[in-house]
Amino acid sequence: MSRIGVFICHCGENISRTVDVERVAAEIGKLSGVAFATDYKYMCSDPGQNLLKKAIQEQKLTHVVVAACSPRMHEKTFRKAVEAAGLNPFLCEMANIREHCSWVHENREEATVKAIDIVGMMVERVKKNRILPTITVPVTKRSLVIGGGIAGIQAALDIADCGHEVILVEREPSIGGHMAQLSETFPTLDCSQCIMTPKMVDVANHPKIKLYTYSEVELVEGYIGNFQVTIKKKARSVDEDKCTGCGVCMTKCPQKKIPNKFDQNIGMRTAIYVPFPQAVPNTPVIDRDNFTWFKTGKCGVCKKVCGPGAVDFEQQDTLVVEAVGAIVVATGFDLYSIDEKPKGSPIKGYGEFGHGKIPDVIDGMTFERLASASGPTGGKILRPSDGKEPKQIVFIQCVGSRAREKGISYCSKVCCMYTAKHTMLYHHKVHDGQAYVFFMDARTPGKSYDEFWRRSIEEEEAVYIRGMVSRLYQKGDKIVVMGSDIAVGVQVEIEADMVVLATAVQPQKGADLLAQKLGISYDKYHFYSEAHAKLRPVECATAGIYLAGACQGPKDIPETVSQASAAAAKVMTLFSKDKLEREPIVARVREAGCVGCFACKKVCAYGAIEEKEIRDRQGNLIKAVAYVNPGVCAGCGTCQATCPSKCVELDGYTDEQIIAMIEAL
Amino acid sequence: MDNTIKHDFEPKIIAFVCTWCTYAGADLAGTSRMQYPANVRVLKFPCTGRIDPVFILKAFQQGADGVLVSGCHPGDCHYIAGNFHARRRFAAFRKLLEFIGVDLNRLQFSWVSAAEGGKWVEVVTDLTEKVRTMGPMVEFKELALEEQWSGAIDTPELREAYDAI
Repeated sequence: MSRIGVFICHCGENISRTVDVERVAAEIGKLSGVAFATDYKYMCSDPGQNLLKKAIQEQKLTHVVVAACSPRMHEKTFRKAVEAAGLNPFLCEMANIREHCSWVHENREEATVKAIDIVGMMVERVKKNRILPTITVPVTKRSLVIGGGIAGIQAALDIADCGHEVILVEREPSIGGHMAQLSETFPTLDCSQCIMTPKMVDVANHPKIKLYTYSEVELVEGYIGNFQVTIKKKARSVDEDKCTGCGVCMTKCPQKKIPNKFDQNIGMRTAIYVPFPQAVPNTPVIDRDNFTWFKTGKCGVCKKVCGPGAVDFEQQDTLVVEAVGAIVVATGFDLYSIDEKPKGSPIKGYGEFGHGKIPDVIDGMTFERLASASGPTGGKILRPSDGKEPKQIVFIQCVGSRAREKGISYCSKVCCMYTAKHTMLYHHKVHDGQAYVFFMDARTPGKSYDEFWRRSIEEEEAVYIRGMVSRLYQKGDKIVVMGSDIAVGVQVEIEADMVVLATAVQPQKGADLLAQKLGISYDKYHFYSEAHAKLRPVECATAGIYLAGACQGPKDIPETVSQASAAAAKVMTLFSKDKLEREPIVARVREAGCVGCFACKKVCAYGAIEEKEIRDRQGNLIKAVAYVNPGVCAGCGTCQATCPSKCVELDGYTDEQIIAMIEAL
Repeated sequence: MDNTIKHDFEPKIIAFVCTWCTYAGADLAGTSRMQYPANVRVLKFPCTGRIDPVFILKAFQQGADGVLVSGCHPGDCHYIAGNFHARRRFAAFRKLLEFIGVDLNRLQFSWVSAAEGGKWVEVVTDLTEKVRTMGPMVEFKELALEEQWSGAIDTPELREAYDAI
């Protein structure tokens, strides 16, 4: 028999003004199972909580209902008090008679009747409450960072500096990402490599960071605190331990005309290569698709000239399994290619801009490589077609972005600023040149950003034309840009030497596939979804996985670095305890009744439900049933409502409890 | 101060809401001191995805004249997709209720976010007034009585028939 204690709070006058609290206490006192019912001015105050604790001990109460404000306000307070008095905290429930009653009704009689109903409902519910032990899960204090751009590097360094081991996985042969490709950065015009490469070296030298470059995440199993990650190390064909990074192989390689992806395919590289001179690690990779030995079985010069004998044509892809407790996803972005309409995508291409057909129509990243001192032109702005200096250059903004009719409705955020930067870099390098920018709006929120943009117009003489471009076509060695100036209301035609398109920022290719491996959600553009747009911007809804950088949405460098540090802080919070405690509001399977239809597994958004085999003593399979992993379950209860045999139960919200509440009405 | 109008019939409304959006929205209505009819009784769930259609039937059986189900807006679910599962489930469930002859005006689904205290007041007020004009929901109560009648042998005719078996 339960001995329930009911405590009605006056909340000063907030409740007692419209609710006759004494009458509520008297009425509730008559209910079966209620051993003690009282009212008090401020239940949440120290004397109020002491009253509660004393009553639990003196009256030998088994369950507690506190009728006061919203449980969103003080449920934790009272559950703590109940725990201090020696009861399981989940045997305490709150009845909301303030926000849902006294504050929203003026009629005292109606409000009092409603308050009695609300408290009565909770009394019936609490009778069915069970003791729920707090769930603890062990935490492996190592973390995985996916992506070695500035986001991944920052997160890895922050976590490693805190003393926890980090596994950094990068798909390309070197870390650095897109930031390593940039020439200078807005709004300070710092050289990107100057601020980036020291961080890359820090990663390489950090004793707590284990770097896997030219590797990809193959499989992710487990849950928060206990992930098992399989990483595929692609065959580099060069032994990382033996290679000294002398670079003789690259100087001797006879194949020197392979377009370098790092230079946006305008620069050339050899078949055995490092993507750029400051690469970390400084170990070359053999591009097997373009490597003579792999095609014809001949050449092999690199192997002959390699002093330490590091070149190894026989190397195979290998799989490594690492145990980690948290994962930071920092896979970054890619620029929207407007060469052709992407296959199977709702995004329509930009054939009218001639990118991919007219050689002097390039994208923003290609311009970065042209402007970069370490780029293929040594920092000179030269046309890819004939190597001449362009005297008239047109920048077109919002190519792909903010174009609903083309399939992308979001703003790519960085293009306004980097185009302003491009006009400056151009003006610094081509003094007699003229830059034109076609734009919709200039979006420059950020510290010193608007000043920077204004400077590009006022001091660096860029001409901004508000309006879009309808068509580009080649005329002799010029590109005719046809657009409109909506501020003046006239058609504009510019004969340009070069056109730079600010193409949309998109998630990396294959972002959706990685999300499926990780079990995290993504939007229709394949940007990863955060748990809450405002209050949990770095966490995924899947516990233990955090986001950093442009994989979550377009971002500039300062924002990316902030988010990466925030993600690292979240990981460190997780690692600050040896065991992870969580609310025991999780689903449980009644195995005896489970028929193994796994309807629950299909609806679980967290992948918390696994198949479990039940065997007899001889090891014969009796049946397969569902099993809920309490570490992963978020406690939504969708499985319970779905289960056709009513064999999944969400602790804290069982059918018994709900039906008891409905029957109390 | 008592300026409420007295009505002949006070409907009983039961609201099933999710804790993250609608419950918080109702809390906001309270903090903003908005006023609405006192007929509604709120049951809190973690997510609308947890709400079993059986609860709605049970509520009608227990004498509810109107039922409200409310959660996060589509796409805003705290549990990623629970409200989508709820939406599908209740789309089918409405057909069933219609088939067994329940006036669907008594059952309302809505999305009320944590920021929509005003919308909560609107939804609750509208449903209460609508159900008030419809009058009490008698079908399920009659059915419940019928069940009771058939369960207990309390007439001489029945007793005779029972004994004869």
